[in-house]
Amino acid sequence: MAESALSRLRPYREVLASRARSQTSYRASFVLDLVSSLLIGVVELAEVSILFHNVVRLGGLEFSQILLVFGLADLCFSLADMTFGHCDNLPAYLRAGTLDVFYLRPQPLLMQLVTSDLSLRRLARALVGLVALVVGLTINDIAWSVPHAVLLGLAIVSGYATFAAMFVWAGGAQFFLVEGAETTNAFVYGGRYAATQAASVWTRPLWVVFGFFFPMAFTAFLPAMWLLGVHEPDWLPHWLGWCAPVAAVWAWALALLSWRWGVRHYQGGGG
Amino acid sequence: MRGVTRTVRVYWRILVAGFRRQSAYVMAAFGGLVANTTFGLLKVAILFATVRAAGGELEGYDVALMSTYIWISQGLLGSINMSGRIEIADRIKSGDVAVDFLRPLDVQGAAITTEVGRAVFNLIPRGLPSVLIGGIFVGMALPADPSAYALGAVSVLLAIAVSAATVYLLVGVPGFWIVETRGLQILYMVVSGFLAGLFVPIWLFPDVLEVAAQATPFPATMMYPVDVISGRAAGLDAVALVAAQVAWLLGVLAVGQLLTRAGRRHLEVQGG
Amino acid sequence: MDPIIETGGLTREFRVRSGVRRHTVLAVDDLSVRVEPGEAVGYIGANGAGKSTTIKMLTGIMVPTRGSVTTCGLRPVQDRRRLARQVGVVFGQRSQLWWDLPVRESFRILAAIHSLPSTAARERTDELVERLEMADFLATPVRQLSLGQRMRAEVAAALLHSPRLVILDEPTIGLDVLSKQRLREFLVAERRAHGTTLLLTTHDMGDVERLCDRILVIDRGRLAYDGDLPGLSRTAGAQRVLVVDLAEPTADLVAIAGTTHLGSEGHGLRQRLSFDAESTTVPRLLASVAERAEVLDLTVEEPDIEDVVRRIYAARR
Repeated sequence: MAESALSRLRPYREVLASRARSQTSYRASFVLDLVSSLLIGVVELAEVSILFHNVVRLGGLEFSQILLVFGLADLCFSLADMTFGHCDNLPAYLRAGTLDVFYLRPQPLLMQLVTSDLSLRRLARALVGLVALVVGLTINDIAWSVPHAVLLGLAIVSGYATFAAMFVWAGGAQFFLVEGAETTNAFVYGGRYAATQAASVWTRPLWVVFGFFFPMAFTAFLPAMWLLGVHEPDWLPHWLGWCAPVAAVWAWALALLSWRWGVRHYQGGGG
Repeated sequence: MRGVTRTVRVYWRILVAGFRRQSAYVMAAFGGLVANTTFGLLKVAILFATVRAAGGELEGYDVALMSTYIWISQGLLGSINMSGRIEIADRIKSGDVAVDFLRPLDVQGAAITTEVGRAVFNLIPRGLPSVLIGGIFVGMALPADPSAYALGAVSVLLAIAVSAATVYLLVGVPGFWIVETRGLQILYMVVSGFLAGLFVPIWLFPDVLEVAAQATPFPATMMYPVDVISGRAAGLDAVALVAAQVAWLLGVLAVGQLLTRAGRRHLEVQGG
Repeated sequence: MDPIIETGGLTREFRVRSGVRRHTVLAVDDLSVRVEPGEAVGYIGANGAGKSTTIKMLTGIMVPTRGSVTTCGLRPVQDRRRLARQVGVVFGQRSQLWWDLPVRESFRILAAIHSLPSTAARERTDELVERLEMADFLATPVRQLSLGQRMRAEVAAALLHSPRLVILDEPTIGLDVLSKQRLREFLVAERRAHGTTLLLTTHDMGDVERLCDRILVIDRGRLAYDGDLPGLSRTAGAQRVLVVDLAEPTADLVAIAGTTHLGSEGHGLRQRLSFDAESTTVPRLLASVAERAEVLDLTVEEPDIEDVVRRIYAARR
């Protein structure tokens, strides 16, 4: 039977729509959730701005420039957190037996996991990121051109994809790690923290972990540097800002491998 | 006299029980260590750069002292409650707290003591290794005066107590009235770390914010003990910080006790 | 005809760490079974005997350590998604429905998941709703349902896509007598109408008696019995017990044909008689007792599964 792509997506849309409805149905508590989420974003921005209360330049960058990095990273992370954030809570699914129920449906396991939930409240935090991004784009002297606009678009999409991959990687890893939440948090939420920073201050070990292995520097810092026309750090080629999509593909390769291993481990064998 | 001995023994047992429960989570402690190290190294990068950009010294911090601040605050993370999660909140939601009130044990005292037991246990698998890793791989400045460590230990214990008591007061107690405290817990998580000086020492805050932070108990849960241990506050300054901690502890406990009683009356009226 | 389920030497090992030492546990040991389409099989065994592990291997959740398994002609692990379209599973403890959604929504989503054309889906849903009497609570969120209502919804959910094989894992646990009976009647009718194969794990002998024409007993991972119910009772020698409450204190009712007198209480006001299905039936037994004394009330105690399994195991030795 020939099924159109849209009709095949129908069950996923139904579940997501119902989750969205159920979250917004309790108006008061949803508003409270939005406020907390907004506050988290504000506090994170405050932490960055406090540093610049004390110094003028960090890692060769001024606050207005860091704002661009922060905005881009936090926007992408919040959107990824909204749609994929529940994936790193795998132990809860295992305890409830939900994963076994996934096995009994004629759909891929990972698709079911990803579409099983979403957190609308993180939109408020995304707002903070968006505002920082817009401010960062306007107050800096960016030599706007078509390539600049293209890079910005690529960076946002790739950043979202990279952070989404981190959540999936974490989910797969938690099949193995007992009480693995803190270990994966180190790289998922540590990764977020890293992505909002001026990576030019990083030591080499940090570049290995958050620059290339979990490519956090590619989500915001390197694209921002290209947009701003700032060559930091000077030992890396300036055009790396265009490699954000490559980083996203790499991140997803890691994520899918981790998921595959995790599922195999759960099923108890190499097939 | 016997009543006092008995009470002490009961609280000791609760402390040990909270202590022992954590040993089941050694794997989690290892994970916590990984998290500590990762965040620690990231903070080292950004905060060292900040100190250097300020000319090598910032509000009394040089690079070495900043390192001490980072690793000790990371090490304390497992013991200071920044998540806002506390068992009494679940017990209120499920209604089990009614049983607690029937027991001859102070509800506030038992809740806080359990927390403290858990926290003290975490100092071993999570606290010490973090400090060691930081010391070995990055290096840090530590005071030469042994009395700093003695006072520091006292300060850490006080910080743990203040943290437990504050979570109880701000997240647990409101539960007697509003039952669902998840929103408060998230709010606590957002605010407590920031105002305690977890990401940036509060001494680097703009003046208004610095004063505002000190008007809350949060710096007493982390910033003050870190300052005492690291030697940034020495001699009388250190004693002053510890005294502030004691004051906050007594204050928070007192308000907590009053509100617990009010909360109990509220529950009884509700029939819950 | 191709079997619905076929296993050959199916084995599943687990490495268990107890303290410092590690040893291997055989959750399922060399299970070879063949189920034909349309059969109704009861799969019984003590807790931890290997029932859930078998089901996990049949549905592709778990990979066998050794041996082969084919469900509906497919390899469960490799062809999981195709198999999911032909199998329906009802978990007694786990829910396949969406907790905070109305029952009706769950059905709609499942119809979309199984790509059922909308008219067929609506007809099938209506049919199931009518036969399981769910119209009253279609709009209720699943978490507000009683256990009996939830189980009916779960069964409907499992049958929505008209699977060839339905696996039920402890479906009547916790249900009251009336709900159990209605569920059993529905399953019997469904089988008759669509020829669905049934595999039922249960601790309830009542389920087994009323639903299954074949019984598999698994004991510590190994197949201990494969046959019909009379054979099981015969092999196990398990007996039912009739407990009668009499109007007046009566002498012990010994020497009633086909029974053994177990005991009396209250000077013979309550008496317990054990019997087995081969020798007599409850009506005949009741008649014999009524000849001797006036019966006020009675209960029939079933042999429990653990007892039967224990006897089987002992008989095998």
